[in-house]
Amino acid sequence: MISRGERAANYVILSVFAAFALFPIVTILSAALGPADSGGTAGLGNFTAAWEIGRFGTYLRSSLMVSSFVVVVSVLLSIMSGYAFGTMRFRGQSVLFYLFMLGIMMPSEAVAVPLYFDLRTLGLIDTFWSVALPQVALSVAFGTFWMRAYFRASNRAIVEAARIDGASTWRILWQVLVPPARPALVTLTVLVFMWTWNEFLIPLIMVTSESLRTAPLGLAFFQGQYTSGFTLLAAGSVIVATPVVIFYLFLQRHFVRGLLQGAVRE
Amino acid sequence: MTQPTMGTRPPGEPRRVAYLYVLPAFAVYAAFLLYPIGRAVQFSLYDWDGLSLGRWVGLENYAAIVADEGLRAAFGHALVLIVFYAAGPLVIGLGLAAILNHAKVRGLGFFRTVVFLPQVVAMVVVAVAWRRVYAPDGTLNTLLGALGLDALTRGWLGDYTFALPAVGVVGTWFETGLVTVLLLAGMSRIPAELYEAARLDGAGAVREFFAVTLPSVRGEIAVALTLTVIAALRTFDLVYITTRGGPGDSTSVPSYEVYHRAFGLSQVGSAAAIGVTLTVVIFVISFGINRFADRRVT
Repeated sequence: MISRGERAANYVILSVFAAFALFPIVTILSAALGPADSGGTAGLGNFTAAWEIGRFGTYLRSSLMVSSFVVVVSVLLSIMSGYAFGTMRFRGQSVLFYLFMLGIMMPSEAVAVPLYFDLRTLGLIDTFWSVALPQVALSVAFGTFWMRAYFRASNRAIVEAARIDGASTWRILWQVLVPPARPALVTLTVLVFMWTWNEFLIPLIMVTSESLRTAPLGLAFFQGQYTSGFTLLAAGSVIVATPVVIFYLFLQRHFVRGLLQGAVRE
Repeated sequence: MTQPTMGTRPPGEPRRVAYLYVLPAFAVYAAFLLYPIGRAVQFSLYDWDGLSLGRWVGLENYAAIVADEGLRAAFGHALVLIVFYAAGPLVIGLGLAAILNHAKVRGLGFFRTVVFLPQVVAMVVVAVAWRRVYAPDGTLNTLLGALGLDALTRGWLGDYTFALPAVGVVGTWFETGLVTVLLLAGMSRIPAELYEAARLDGAGAVREFFAVTLPSVRGEIAVALTLTVIAALRTFDLVYITTRGGPGDSTSVPSYEVYHRAFGLSQVGSAAAIGVTLTVVIFVISFGINRFADRRVT
């Protein structure tokens, strides 16, 4: 049904676009693997050099700590609140749910400024909590929405059976509903991990000490300080991007579905 | 399985215990999002430098958004970015998705992975890479030189005319993959019979696209536009790393102004007003796009 000419044209268009999509990525990868501008290192040696000069070890560790805290806490809280919204009826339910919905759209740009001044008053600026807790709040809004949709669609008969057997709501949640929710939970985990790992504004505002800098923030500072050439900056960029890219390549189907379902409101 | 139909109400029976399950999530959410947005509204009504006592100014900070030339420019730049972030990717994405959906091309999985990759890379990394591309001795100018177009070479991000479009192209670059993948997901659900019927009616590829493909992906278009328009309005990391609003204020955008005014110029009230305005604009646009999509689907 498709002519040869049309097929060839299709391949040309797709190739051109693939080249456009890969162009900056190739630029940075080839710079990272090329000879250092200052001489000395080349190839994989650049990564070692960037790791030491740019202190990416410290930044990755603090990114990992923040991300794992945000993922674990926000997924746990989202499971619980999504369970209540999805399977129970209570007064004020829809009002509460719409409040959570607002949080999905709320830009961190709007809340970051008052958060900074209030946390400063409380003496929490430049702590782990000032970076992690606002991001838990941002993620919990989406997570509640996400888990509610899942639990609403869950099998009521099994839940009823467990209830008649005398299981508490807590046991029903963890032993009946959560085990088959693995795919939904993987998606949520990956999305929250990606958002948290890549977040820039909140760490930029909340943190001054180097040991608390997250990886993207560390890279931004490295760019400002390290001006002699591009090689080590490129290597640092690759180091910062790699954890999420690996996650994505392993779980890309979940990823895309997650974005799609998260965005399509009921 | 028999299930009582309850309309939009959730299944299950009345449970007081629900409050206990909602409480922990709501507490964090209220403390770190709801309360701060309320405080932002409060701050926005004061002239405050962040240290001394604030002075009540009512809606003056909001009036300044309309009156102040620099602020008006920032919101204007955001509109330009919407063209690059949302309109461009939508047009390109529709084309790419239609090709991918229709033609049995090889390497579909590879292509999908490649175009979506920009979405997962941290924006700071994206910005560092594009700074390199746009640098006076960067990849773009090298490429232009090799094509014999030396006359066109310049420091793209330092150019008053080209800095904003240059930032915008980065947006096109990383949003197109997202839009393509969303549209492709929608198009793959279109039943083959619809296409066969169109062909039987004598429709060509173009008519088929407008008669069958486009109406079927309205929902996905709404989603793609919502996500990309919001991303355009929220551009911060990219501007912070590539231009810091410069040269002059030719690339300043609202979210950068929020940061710059609060922490650079100590105009916290004004920063809060911009943040609140941005939030309202995002709410209005999200609801608008979704209502539009809902109405057209029926």
